[in-house]
Amino acid sequence: MGTAYLDHAATTPMLPEAIEAMTAQLAEVGNPSSLHAAGRRARRVVEESRETVAGALGARPSEVVFTAGGTEADNLAIKGLFWARRRPRVLIGAVEHHAVLDPARWLGDHHGADVELLDVDGQGRVHPETLRAAIARDPENVALVSVMWANNEVGTVQPIAELAEVAHEHGIPFHTDAVQAVGQLPVSFAESGVDAMTVSGHKLGGPIGVGALLLARGVDPVPVLHGGGQERDIRSGTLAAPAIAAFAAAVEAAVRRRAETAERLAALRDDLIHRVRQAVPDVILNGDPVLRLPGNAHFSFPGCEGDALLMLLDAKGVECSTGSACSAGVAQPSHVLLAMGQDVSRARGSLRFSLGHTSTEADVDRVAEVIAVVVERARRAGLG
Amino acid sequence: MGPTPRLRVLAAMSGGVDSAVAAARIADAGHDVTGIHLALSANPQSYRTGARGCCTLEDARDARRAADVIGIPFYIWDMAERFHRDVVEDFVSEYAAGRTPNPCLRCNEKIKFEAVLDRALALGFDAVATGHHARLEGGVLRRSVDSGKDQSYVLGVLTREQLAHAIFPLGGSTKAEVRAEAARRGLTVADKPDSHDICFIADGDTRAFLADRLGAEEGPVVDALTGRVVGTHQGAFGFTVGQRKGLNIDRPAPDGRPRYVLSIEPVSNTVTVGPRGSLEVRSVVGERPVWNGPAPEPREPIACAVQLRAHGEVYGCRAQMSGGELHIELGSPATGVAAGQGAVLYDGDVVIGSATIASAS
Repeated sequence: MGTAYLDHAATTPMLPEAIEAMTAQLAEVGNPSSLHAAGRRARRVVEESRETVAGALGARPSEVVFTAGGTEADNLAIKGLFWARRRPRVLIGAVEHHAVLDPARWLGDHHGADVELLDVDGQGRVHPETLRAAIARDPENVALVSVMWANNEVGTVQPIAELAEVAHEHGIPFHTDAVQAVGQLPVSFAESGVDAMTVSGHKLGGPIGVGALLLARGVDPVPVLHGGGQERDIRSGTLAAPAIAAFAAAVEAAVRRRAETAERLAALRDDLIHRVRQAVPDVILNGDPVLRLPGNAHFSFPGCEGDALLMLLDAKGVECSTGSACSAGVAQPSHVLLAMGQDVSRARGSLRFSLGHTSTEADVDRVAEVIAVVVERARRAGLG
Repeated sequence: MGPTPRLRVLAAMSGGVDSAVAAARIADAGHDVTGIHLALSANPQSYRTGARGCCTLEDARDARRAADVIGIPFYIWDMAERFHRDVVEDFVSEYAAGRTPNPCLRCNEKIKFEAVLDRALALGFDAVATGHHARLEGGVLRRSVDSGKDQSYVLGVLTREQLAHAIFPLGGSTKAEVRAEAARRGLTVADKPDSHDICFIADGDTRAFLADRLGAEEGPVVDALTGRVVGTHQGAFGFTVGQRKGLNIDRPAPDGRPRYVLSIEPVSNTVTVGPRGSLEVRSVVGERPVWNGPAPEPREPIACAVQLRAHGEVYGCRAQMSGGELHIELGSPATGVAAGQGAVLYDGDVVIGSATIASAS
């Protein structure tokens, strides 16, 4: 029995280009900060990768700061800009990933930050007027604004350029976590107008453990990691040339093929939604029906517990996610769905299917075959 | 016996050695096994504190690791609400009513073989397996071959229906054999210490746990022989019938003998103490009887044996149903018989029924 891997938003298989770039570098020696020939060779790999990433994402090479992944980049943006700006107010979307939410809350608990969550509508969108009103309450004291490009759970795309413009009316730096967006949506750092943008390798076909924070000129967060002074003194730590080379190869390939991939995934995704609706007529699609990630389908199954659905689907070879946060593996109702105004039981009964570059019609067929019986069984088990 | 059918089995994995070996044995027997760890606390502690709890993150991780080694799927089931309501709150209210509950027994009855079993059956599983040391053959519950580790007592409350969907793979092995097998299988929990205390009281201080929830209130300690107040206590709920230590008696007894708790009266917050002889009981009345043995509920008095607390002595007895209650006449006097504990009836090593002790005299 093959499996249908429908959890690409958690991590997606590495692209052949990335594997090739990484394996080519793994056998090489050289610390990119060393001054000798081996160091220069490694340095060249890193700098070429930086140019590749910048070129694919509409940024200048000098705006790319490599990190060990999306979580680190988000932490650097939120904490670093808060400390650099020396003002108390931190405005973030209510449906942000925990890599943004938790650093902000931590600043609130330990560093006197005044964290405000920006309300979202029923589809998970932050409206520019909401941000404008929040800033207007005390514009001088806002350190930063952070709103994700596209939501990792329900897939809703945010009006990033408009939001960034609102922040800029008061000269406030705007950060966006674009981890889910790159490779699926057109993303241009320069055109969007954002000041800081998080990108992660393994969500777009690169390796796990590498990512970047794109920082516009003049946006200088206080470092979170101190040490050898790499990456303009903003992010110390030996540059991981093999991972960075693979990351760059993946970004380049994912962005180059983006339009074609997005079209193909959206068609598969629409078919998945259609067939799940046929099998389970009372299913609810969460998130914006149109302005969403092409690979995302997020459902609530009334009367079911997401955990039970996940387990039953897993046993039938369908791998998906409840998209909820874990503490000791205990599912909490999703803060995203709660912020969208859903009740706890609907939030608990939800599942995310996320498609990616290896998804095929056979994956959709597998879901369509099993979903009715799985939902019926989970319903019998009830809401626990 | 012919080849056993392939069952879909849910293995409850606490993170300890017993449940890990139990799951491994079921998988080896060719069944389709899924491991689950029950999250029983809404706020799991991040590491072990004093006594080993069953709701720590470390235990969840150990259980997951064991499932990896065995090669079975593994999930965490959140049973915190049910556990709090049916076990923890029940524990507190039982003490408040002057009884001495056994939370492990309650957990088996209400959580593992009710909440978990019901959900498992609804989800398409055939049975729930645990690492309890007891034998279960043809629906008949028997003591483990390792008498020191036998847990048939805390399973004695299960109904025939519950037992019909239970699997206890360890009853034929000693604890030492289970540990050796765990090591052989590469299960890293092989030398993990046994759990002893009540899992939801991490520091083992039951009295402080109860005082937090019921509030400390000073009350008298009365000697049954003289009727005089011989000391004070900080809450009758902190005592158990038969208890000798920690009585805080400030004068010697008239007969110069040690004093034991004879009874607890929650309304007047009085603890009555007396000599060991006054503790002896010969008859026990049990409520909520369960007949789960090979024979139907007896119409006539039957000769059997009874165990009145976990790891307690076994007494020969005559048991009889009357007005929905179980009446037990002991062959020899027992001490330390506390209301709220289970009375489990045995025929040799076979469990034939049980009841919750309501009173003893």
